[in-house]
Amino acid sequence: MVSFLRLISLLCLPILFAVPAIGSVSEGTEEDFSEDLLLKPLPDRKVLAHFHFQSVAPSSRSNSYGRHHHLFPKAISQLVHKYRIKEMELSFTQGRWHYDRWGGFDSISSSNAKPSGVELWAVFDVPPNEVDASWKNLTHSLSGLFCASINFLESSTSYSAPKWGFRPASENMRYGTLPREAVCTENLTPWLKLLPCRDKSGLSVLMDRPSIYKGFYHSQRLHLLSTEFDSNAVDSAIVLDQTLTVVLQPYSHRGALGYSNAAQLQPSWSLSSIFGRKVPGRCVLARSSNVYIQLDKGLMAELQGMLGEQEMLAVTRSSSEGSTRNLAFELSANPDRVHMEMSSRNDKHLSVLYMFSVAEKYDESEPLDLRFTWKIPVVWSIPQAPLHVTRFVLGSGNERGAIALQLKSTKPSDQLIPNTVITDSCSLLVKVFQVVPWYIKVYYHTLQVFIDDQPHSITNVVEKMQVSPSEDKVSPGVLEMLLKFPCGLKSAALTIEFDKGFLHIDEYPPDAHQGLDIPSAVITFPDFFTSTQFAENNSSKSPILSKWQGQSPILSYTEVLLVPFTTPDFSMPYNVITITCTVLALYFGSLLNVLRRRVGEEERFMKDKAKKKFQVSQLVSKLLAKLRGRHWEPSESQAPSSSSNSKSKLLFKVILVAGLAAAWQYYFG
Amino acid sequence: MAAKEQFEEVEKKRKGNFWIWMVLSVIFRIVMIYFPNLNLSSRPEVSTPLTSIHRLAEGYWLKQSSMSPYAGSMYHGSPLLLSLLGPLTVKRIEGQPDHLLCSFAFVVADVLSALLIRAVGQNLQRAYYQNLRLLKVNLSKNSEFFPAGDIASLVYLWNPFTIVACVGLSTSPIENLAIVLTLYGASKGQVPLAAFGFVVATHLSLYPIILIIPVVLLLGNGLDAPPRKLFLQRSSSRVVVGPSRDSCSQQEEVINQSEVPNGFSLRPVMYFLLWVSLFSVYLLLLCGVSLKQFGGLWEMFRSTYGFILTVQDLSPNIGVLWYLFAEVFEFFRDFYLIVFHINILFMITPLAVRLRHRPLFLAFMLLSISAMLKSYPSVGDSALYLSFMGLFVYELVDLEFSFFLFCGYIGISLLSPVMHNLWIWRGTGNANFYFANAMAYACFQIVLVVESVSTMLNHDRKLRKLSAVKLS
Repeated sequence: MVSFLRLISLLCLPILFAVPAIGSVSEGTEEDFSEDLLLKPLPDRKVLAHFHFQSVAPSSRSNSYGRHHHLFPKAISQLVHKYRIKEMELSFTQGRWHYDRWGGFDSISSSNAKPSGVELWAVFDVPPNEVDASWKNLTHSLSGLFCASINFLESSTSYSAPKWGFRPASENMRYGTLPREAVCTENLTPWLKLLPCRDKSGLSVLMDRPSIYKGFYHSQRLHLLSTEFDSNAVDSAIVLDQTLTVVLQPYSHRGALGYSNAAQLQPSWSLSSIFGRKVPGRCVLARSSNVYIQLDKGLMAELQGMLGEQEMLAVTRSSSEGSTRNLAFELSANPDRVHMEMSSRNDKHLSVLYMFSVAEKYDESEPLDLRFTWKIPVVWSIPQAPLHVTRFVLGSGNERGAIALQLKSTKPSDQLIPNTVITDSCSLLVKVFQVVPWYIKVYYHTLQVFIDDQPHSITNVVEKMQVSPSEDKVSPGVLEMLLKFPCGLKSAALTIEFDKGFLHIDEYPPDAHQGLDIPSAVITFPDFFTSTQFAENNSSKSPILSKWQGQSPILSYTEVLLVPFTTPDFSMPYNVITITCTVLALYFGSLLNVLRRRVGEEERFMKDKAKKKFQVSQLVSKLLAKLRGRHWEPSESQAPSSSSNSKSKLLFKVILVAGLAAAWQYYFG
Repeated sequence: MAAKEQFEEVEKKRKGNFWIWMVLSVIFRIVMIYFPNLNLSSRPEVSTPLTSIHRLAEGYWLKQSSMSPYAGSMYHGSPLLLSLLGPLTVKRIEGQPDHLLCSFAFVVADVLSALLIRAVGQNLQRAYYQNLRLLKVNLSKNSEFFPAGDIASLVYLWNPFTIVACVGLSTSPIENLAIVLTLYGASKGQVPLAAFGFVVATHLSLYPIILIIPVVLLLGNGLDAPPRKLFLQRSSSRVVVGPSRDSCSQQEEVINQSEVPNGFSLRPVMYFLLWVSLFSVYLLLLCGVSLKQFGGLWEMFRSTYGFILTVQDLSPNIGVLWYLFAEVFEFFRDFYLIVFHINILFMITPLAVRLRHRPLFLAFMLLSISAMLKSYPSVGDSALYLSFMGLFVYELVDLEFSFFLFCGYIGISLLSPVMHNLWIWRGTGNANFYFANAMAYACFQIVLVVESVSTMLNHDRKLRKLSAVKLS
C-alpha cells in the first residue's frame, strides 16, 4: 500500500511540478515573459550564476492572435505543435558539476546539473508506434535550430526509451545524449534569439561570452512543458524555461594582498567583476526582472555559529530595513525584499534570499552593479544528496573491462531523511539509469554488488531491474535498476563486466584513438525531494521561486566514461583484400590442381601437346618459308623454328605496346 | 604360434598404455582447470562469439529473466545447449573454481570423442588390412603395426589445441563430439546414431552440414578402401586364370568374393535420410518449444545461422575473415560473403569425385577446409581435424613438408598470443600483426590440406602400381 501511494505521488510529480508555473499566469491569456538571475557563493571560493528566463504562451485555442505570438518564440511553438511534444528538455553543458562542492540537494543541482555535452529528452503525445518518427524529426529540427549535431541522436543506436529509470512513469519518452558535443557560443546565440530582448537589454546583457565561457561549468538548458494536448487541462499553455547556469571564479583583489589572511577569506565579487558588465536595466518586455542572492543552509548555520543570535538578526531581518551591513558581509545595494525559507520541521538554519528588483530603480545611467564583500573568513559545506556517486572503468587493455559505480554515503543528517524512510524498516532507495552504446557488450549476468566492501547477494539489493540489452548496430543497451540499501550504509559499489566490440572502419568516430564514450548514468533518489518554501506568499510572481516551491527530485549524473578502443589499421583495406584473396586463390588453385592431376594421363597429355606444338611450329615455318619465297626444308630442327616463333611473338608484343602507346597519346595526351 | 602370442602381448601392452595415457590426459585437464588465472576462456583463439561460455551464461541469464536469449546479440548458440549447459554455468561450489561443472562436462565430451575416434580408427584399420590382404599387397616392409585408432585418439586427447579448448570452456568439445558421433555411426553402419549426430552437429554449428556427402558415401560404400577399379581388375584377372587354380585358392576366392566392396547400396542411405528428417523435425520441435515465448524458430535461425553466415561480429580470431570484413567497403561486403562461403561449397564436388572411395578421408578434408574458412574458427576445430589426420597414419606416411608444417603449427600457436598481447594489451603493435599471424596460419592449413590430398592420391597410385605388378 505504501509503495502504491509512493507510486501515485511519483506519478503526480510532473503535474505538481507544472501547476505553480502555469498557475502563475493562468489569470491572463496574454503571453508572459520574466527574467531572473540568482547568484550564490559556493564553498570553494566560486560563485554560481543562474539565469532563468520563462516565456509562457497561452493555448492556441484561446489565443486571439491566431498563430502569431508577441513574446513567445514562434519556432518553439511550431515545434510543439508539429511534433506534439508534451515535455522536452535540451541541455548543452561544458564542464562537470561537482556535487560535493557545489551542492546536490537543491533544485539548481537537481535540474541544472547536467552531463557534459548535449542531453535531450522528450515526451510525445502521439501513439507509441509514431514516437520514433517524431523523435527523429525533432532531432533534425533542433539540430537546425541550435547549430549543434543533435541530428546524430536520430540513429537508433544513440537514443533509448527509458521505462521508469530516468523519470517516473515516462511513456512515449525518448532519451539521448551526445557526450562529446563541444558547446560554444554558436549554440548560445540561437538560444538567446528565443528571448524577446535577446542580449540587448535586461539580465541577458551580462552574458559576456568570454566571461561565461571561461567558467568552470557552463550549462545552457531549454525546458519545454506543454499542456496543449491535454484535454483535461483547464487552461492549457506552453511554458518555456530557458536557464543558463555558470560557475565562475571571481577574481579577488584581496587575495593578492596578504596570503595568510586571504587564505580563508572568501573572494568578494561584483557583477562587473565576474561578468565584466553591469545590468543597465530590465528588459522592457519582461513582467518581472529580479536578481537574487542566495545564502544556503550550510552557510547560514556556519554564520550563526560564528556570529551568535543577535548578529544573525542583522543578517536576516535588519537588512530589509535599509542596512546592508553586518559583521559577515556587505552588499552594495539594498535588497528590495528578504525571503526567509520556511520549513515544515523546526529547523534553525534556513537559507536566505535577497531580492533586488531591476524593474524601476536602475537604468542606463545608473546600472545595477551588485557587490558582495566578505568581512570574515567563512568555511562551510553545502547540502548534499544522500549518496555521492562516482563511476569509473576497471581493467586494462583493449579487450574487456568493467564499469564500476561507487556510491559513498555523505552521512545525511536526520533532517534530510524523509518520514517514510524512518517508518518502514530503514532503507535507502536508489534508482540507476544507465545507457550503454552497443559496442560496449555488457554481460548483465556479471552484475555484482558490494556493500561496505563486502560482496552482497544481488537479490537482496536489487528491488527491480529492467534490462534491454544492446543489439549490434541497432540499439543501445539500457539498464534500469531500483536498489534498496540499508540505512547505515557507508559505501556501495556495483560492477558489471563488458567486452569491447570491434567495429567496421567506417563506424569509428573521426578521432578513434581517443576512445569512445559511455554516457553518464543517472542516479535518482526516489524518496528524496527538495522543495524550498519561502515565508512571503507573493513570491509566486517570480519563476525561480515558483519553481523552487515545487518538489524536484534529487538526482545526480555521473561522469562520462572514456573507454579506449583498439582500432584496425585504417590505411589497409586494399592490402587486406588483396592479401586475403591471394591466399584464397592459392588454396583454390593448388587444391584443384592436385585433384585434377593424373600421373599416367599427364605424361600422355604432355606428349600430345608437344607433338601438337611441333606441328604448329612446323606449319608456321612452312608458311614463313612460302612467304619468303624460299623452299622449306622439313628437316629443320625444332630449336630454330621455336626461336623464329618467339621472335615473331616478340615483334607482335612490341607492335602491340607501341600501338597502345600511340592510342594513349592520341586520346589522352 | 609364438609370434602370434607375442603380437597379442604387444597388443595388450599397447592397450594398457592407451588407457594410462588417457587417464593422464584427464588428470592433466583437471589440473589445468584448477590452475588459477589462466583466463583461457577469453582468448580469441579459444572462444569465438559462437562458442564462448560467457556468452552462453549471458544467454542463460537473459532467458532466466524471461527475455529472449538472443536479445542483445550476445548468445548465438543453440537453445538446447542453453538448457543443458546453462544451469551448470550458474551453479558454483564453494572454494572451487567457477564453471567447474561445465569444465567436467567438457572433459567428459573430450573423452567420449576420443573413445569414438579410437573405435573409428580400429574399424578403419581392420578394413585397411583386409583390403591389403585382398589386393595381396604388402606395403609396410618392416611390418610395423601402428594402431591408428589409438594414435588418433591420443592425438585428440593430448593435442594442446584440444586441451586449451576444453579448459578454456569453449563449447567446441561438444560440437566435436557430435561430429565424431556422426562419423562413428556412419562407419559402424548404425544409421540412427549417424543421423542423430549429424542433425545435432548441424544444429550446433551449421558447417557440419557438408559432412552429409562423406556420411552418405560411408553408408553406401562402406569404409575407406583403395579404388574399386583395383578390386575389379583383380577379380577379372582371377577369372582369367581361373582354370589353373587349386582347391585352396578357390576357397580363398569364395571368402574374398564376399569381402570385395560391393557397389553403392541405396538402402542405408535412404534410412539415413529418413532418420535425419525425423531427428530434425524433433529437434526443431524442441527448439520451438523452448523458444515459444521469445520469437520462435525464426529468431533462432536469424541469430544463429544468420550470425554465422553474415559475419556480424568482427572481433579477432584465428581466421582471416574478421579483418577482411572490418576493412572491406560496405558495398563489397555481400560479394565477399558469397565468395567465402562458396569457396567451402565449391571444393566439395571435386573432392567427393576424387575421394569417393575414401569417405572418412573426405570427411577429414571437409572438416579441415571448413575449419580454415569458417566465419568464426577456433583451435577446437583444428584439434578435430588434426586428430583425424592420425587415422590415416599409413596413408599419410609420405606426407611432404610434414616437419615444416609441424614447426609452422607450433610457431603460429606461440606467436598468436604474443601478437595479440602486443596489439590489444600493450598497444605497441597493431591489428596487422595479429592478422599476419592468422594469414600464416591459413597458409599452413592450406599446405596441409593440399599435401594431404596429394599424398592420399599418390598412395592410391602406389597401390595401383603394386597391384598391377602383382597381376602381371
